[in-house]
Amino acid sequence: MEVKELEKIASQVRRDIVRMVHGAQSGHPGGSLGCTDLLVALYFEQMHLKEIDQESDFSMNGVGEDLFFLSNGHISPVWYSVLARKGYFPLAELATYREIDSRVQGHPTTHEGLPGIRIASGSLGQGNSVAMGAALAKRLNKDDKLVYCLMGDGEQQEGQVWEAANFGSHHYIDHLISFIDLNGQQIDGPTIEVMNNRDLGEKYRAFGWEVMEIVEGNDMASVVKGLHEARSKAGHGKPVMVLLHTGMGFGVDFMEGSHKWHGVAPNDEQLEAALDQLEETMGDY
Amino acid sequence: MKKYTFTEKKDTRSGFGAGMTELGQKNKNVVALCADLVGSLKIAPFIKENPERFFQCGIGEANMIGVSAGLTIGGKIPFATTFANFATGRVYDQIRQSVAYSNKNVKIAASHAGITLGEDGATHQILEDIGMMKMLPGMTVINPCDYNQTKAATLAVADHEGPVYLRFGRPVVPIFTDPDQKFEIGKAWMVSEGKDVSIFATGHLVWEAIQAGEMLEAEGIDAEVINIHTIKPLDEEAVLKSVGKTGCVVSAEEHNRIGGLGDSIAQVLVKHKLVPQEYVAVDDSFGESGTPEQLMEKYGLTAKDIVAAAKRAIARKAE
Repeated sequence: MEVKELEKIASQVRRDIVRMVHGAQSGHPGGSLGCTDLLVALYFEQMHLKEIDQESDFSMNGVGEDLFFLSNGHISPVWYSVLARKGYFPLAELATYREIDSRVQGHPTTHEGLPGIRIASGSLGQGNSVAMGAALAKRLNKDDKLVYCLMGDGEQQEGQVWEAANFGSHHYIDHLISFIDLNGQQIDGPTIEVMNNRDLGEKYRAFGWEVMEIVEGNDMASVVKGLHEARSKAGHGKPVMVLLHTGMGFGVDFMEGSHKWHGVAPNDEQLEAALDQLEETMGDY
Repeated sequence: MKKYTFTEKKDTRSGFGAGMTELGQKNKNVVALCADLVGSLKIAPFIKENPERFFQCGIGEANMIGVSAGLTIGGKIPFATTFANFATGRVYDQIRQSVAYSNKNVKIAASHAGITLGEDGATHQILEDIGMMKMLPGMTVINPCDYNQTKAATLAVADHEGPVYLRFGRPVVPIFTDPDQKFEIGKAWMVSEGKDVSIFATGHLVWEAIQAGEMLEAEGIDAEVINIHTIKPLDEEAVLKSVGKTGCVVSAEEHNRIGGLGDSIAQVLVKHKLVPQEYVAVDDSFGESGTPEQLMEKYGLTAKDIVAAAKRAIARKAE
């Protein structure tokens, strides 16, 4: 798909995110907006996915297709929007985000049967381990498709993340491409102040990973180029780690670059101000 | 009392290992993971015959649970193996989110449960694992009684769709069940019928309960002994049927009295039929170093403790 088309989808997804969080008056807009370009590029350009004509086409086992795991489950709005826009479930369900009896839970879950989701996430640090297990199942099944996993940078403070880092290189899981959303923010403030992760690239290199960066993680052309590069690094004996530099809240000027919008919903005026900056390209839900 | 004899004693973990060896040959979807305790879990033969289906996780149990959950996506049946302490308490949140809440077909296979791992002491002697695991919605909790039953349970859980906690141990205990038994998850096993008191035992305390039944018989007391190898889902029908006949209960387990088999049975009794119940369990404490025999004695888990509890329960019937 052309970069221009992907950008249009991203604009609509950002509208969805802001509207969902506003509708629920809770949720996490900051990281969702920052990772929009990545998820749109993955689902609409990069990943080999089975066609979804109806919900029952979704396969939990995902044999013969690429898989995506969201470890930092709190940025569920961006994933829900992308999945709905891709046709995994009805767009109208986005309006039920965080409501009672909804499949669109605060954090992603398999428990309510929402197509597109293969594991619950929200309690941090677990997704990369799960992605590796899924990658090993692909190896055993002689399935040559790739597994993708997105983590947060604050999430790198969890110990399990480093157990997984050891495991991935030890078992040569080279059909896994993981991302860290380097937005430099977490709930209590800038990551370097809350708990300095220092040089994550050097850390992952020391753990035996192939490390690369996407410096402009909110520029669609850069993201697409970076994903192609990441894919070219797969299959060479090492798991691939992509350091994705993004801006928390990207696309809505007053939300950009501040941890204050990690987990806060916009009020009515803020919603209007945000939507004024985001073109409606595919029709609101 | 029905007579039970044995010619051999073995550890239940070896029954697990034997079950895994058989699964390695029978079911190509079965895979094993271990956190640096291959020798203790007795899975070396499985690994030797199926090297590509084994994933060493090193001393990283949290990651092991996550990897196991991921392996189910793609149709594998992972057995995540380590000591019970590190298989439950250490990784409770990983099991909760990635396995139980996500309803993944992961088998958590835990050796060295309870105090009878012995000399290593309380850091390794978990007495809370049954409670933690049974509280998780959708989790099946199984604690077989001897080598043969552990092997049979290992085979059975591979065929069961859904998360399972399979608990076994280190000490050598008598082998008294049928080597070719069919293990039915959730179905209590009538060891010996009786009319004066129901003894519900789990794990190797079933053997202690059999011995207790014989000692009680010598005193003219007719005990019914039932093996509750599946703590969740509990065979409530078997519990109520037995209690309807005997009118009093002893529960026997190598676990904290809080949160274990005894409490599961008490819930059934409170709801359906209030009768006296006595607990044979560890009295809300940690363990300590010692031989398994010394620890069973000191923490009140032997046949004679079951006898005393049975007499107390029977006496309370008259109150």
